Amino acid sequence: MLLELKIMKDSIVIIGGGIAGLEAAKQLLTLGYTPIIVEKSDHLGGHVAGWNRLFPDMAPAQEIVAKMIKDVEGANIFLETEIISSNKLGNTYIVNLSNGVTIRTKAILIATGFELFDAHKKEEYGYGIYNQVMTNQDLEKWFNTSVDSRIGGKEIRKIGFVHCVGSRDVKAGNSQCSKVCCVTAIKQAIEMKQEFPDAEIYCFYMDLRLFGKKYEDFYINAQKDYGIHFIRGRVSEVSENIEGRLLVKAEDTLSGKPLKVTLDLLVLMAGMVCNQDGSKMASMLRLETDSDGFLRSKDNVCNIVESNRHGIFYAGACTGTKTVPETISEARAAALMIHNYINE
Amino acid sequence: MAMNFGFKLCPSSALNLDKIDTSLYDKLVEMEPDARICMACGSCSATCTASQFSGMSVRKVLLDIQRGKEKEAAAMLRNCMLCGKCTMVCPRGINTRHLILSLCRIYDNKEEQK
Repeated sequence: MLLELKIMKDSIVIIGGGIAGLEAAKQLLTLGYTPIIVEKSDHLGGHVAGWNRLFPDMAPAQEIVAKMIKDVEGANIFLETEIISSNKLGNTYIVNLSNGVTIRTKAILIATGFELFDAHKKEEYGYGIYNQVMTNQDLEKWFNTSVDSRIGGKEIRKIGFVHCVGSRDVKAGNSQCSKVCCVTAIKQAIEMKQEFPDAEIYCFYMDLRLFGKKYEDFYINAQKDYGIHFIRGRVSEVSENIEGRLLVKAEDTLSGKPLKVTLDLLVLMAGMVCNQDGSKMASMLRLETDSDGFLRSKDNVCNIVESNRHGIFYAGACTGTKTVPETISEARAAALMIHNYINE
Repeated sequence: MAMNFGFKLCPSSALNLDKIDTSLYDKLVEMEPDARICMACGSCSATCTASQFSGMSVRKVLLDIQRGKEKEAAAMLRNCMLCGKCTMVCPRGINTRHLILSLCRIYDNKEEQK
C-alpha cells in the first residue's frame, strides 16, 4: 500500500527542459514526486546542449547534458509542447498543454531560461550583412560541427571578439550585464588560438568582469600563454573592404586614440536577455516582472526561487542572467522549496 | 614662400593596427613574458616618483610599445630612476624594474646597430 501511495505522489509541472528544468526534475524524482517537463523545442538541454565546452575546466557540454537527461528517466517529458492556459482552483493549478493534455498540480516550476540577444539588431556590427561576422553561439556550433562558411575555406590571420553585444546597452533595451560573456569570449579566444596558432586575436571590451571561480586565471592565461590582445573600447562600426576582409573601428580608450584594424573574422558576444516565453508565463500566471524585464523573485537576496504567487517557483535564467553552476544550484533549491511547500 | 590658406592639415592620430611595427614589443615579450599580463590598472604610475614631474608611466610604456610608439616610450623611460616602487605595487607580480632594464637593453642594442 505504501508503494502505491508513493506512485500516487504529486505531479509537478516544470516549464522548460533546459538544465534548470532537468536538474529540478532529477531532484524532485529523488524526493518521490512525478515531474512533468514541458519543453517547446524538439530537444532537452536548452542552450547548453548547443554549446561545446564549458569554462572554467573545459567540461564537454554534450556529456553534461546527456547525463542530466539520463538522470530524469522516470519523469514525464513532453517535447514540442507549450502551455495553452492555466487556472488556479483552490490550492491547485489546472494546466492545459498544446498536445491536449491537462494536468492538475500543486506547484509549477518556471525554468524558461533566457534568449540570446539577436545580433542583427546591432546593425553597425554587420551580423547577417557581412559573411565574416558570427555570434558566440555560431562559434560554439562550429566547434561542435566544424561546418561554417564564415570560417572554412579562407585564411584566418586576425580574429576579433566584441564583448557586450546587446548587453549593458540601454538603447537595445538591456541595461543588465550578461555576466558570462567576458569569460566566454576569453574561452573562445583561447580555443581559436589553439585552432589558428598564427592568428592575432583581439578582444574589444568595456570592462572585463571575471567574477567567477578561476575566471581571472583564464584571463591571465589568455594574455600570457596565448598572447591575446585586450583592447579597451567598444567597437563602433564594422565594414567590408575590397579584399572581403573586415575593417573594424573602436576607440583605444587606454591610449585615448581612435583605432582601426582589419580582421578575417569577428565574433559577437551576444548577451543573455529575458525570454519572450518568460513574459508570456508572466501574463498567463499573473506574475510580476522585475525592472530588468526578467521575472521578479519574491526577494532578490534571500528568496530568488519563489515567485509572488503561492505554488509558483523559479529556477535559472528566467529571473536574470546566470552561469551554469548557479542555474543548477537554483534548480536544486527550487526542488527543495517545492517539497517544503507541498508538505506545509 | 609657403602659402597661407588660413588652415593647415593635421596628420591622423588614429592607430592602425595593420600598419604598426610591434617588433620591439615582440622582442620584449621574448625577454620578459610577463609584459603580456599587464591589465592597465595604473598602480605603477600612481606610485611612480617620477610620474608627477615627467609623465613617466610603466603602464603607458607597455601600451605605447604595443601600439608601435617607440619614441614616446623611450622618452618616458629616460625619466625612470629605477627606484622599483612600481614593482612593489604591481598586483600581477610583474617585475617592472627588471622589465624596464630589459627594455632599455633592447633600445641600446638598436642604437648600436645604427
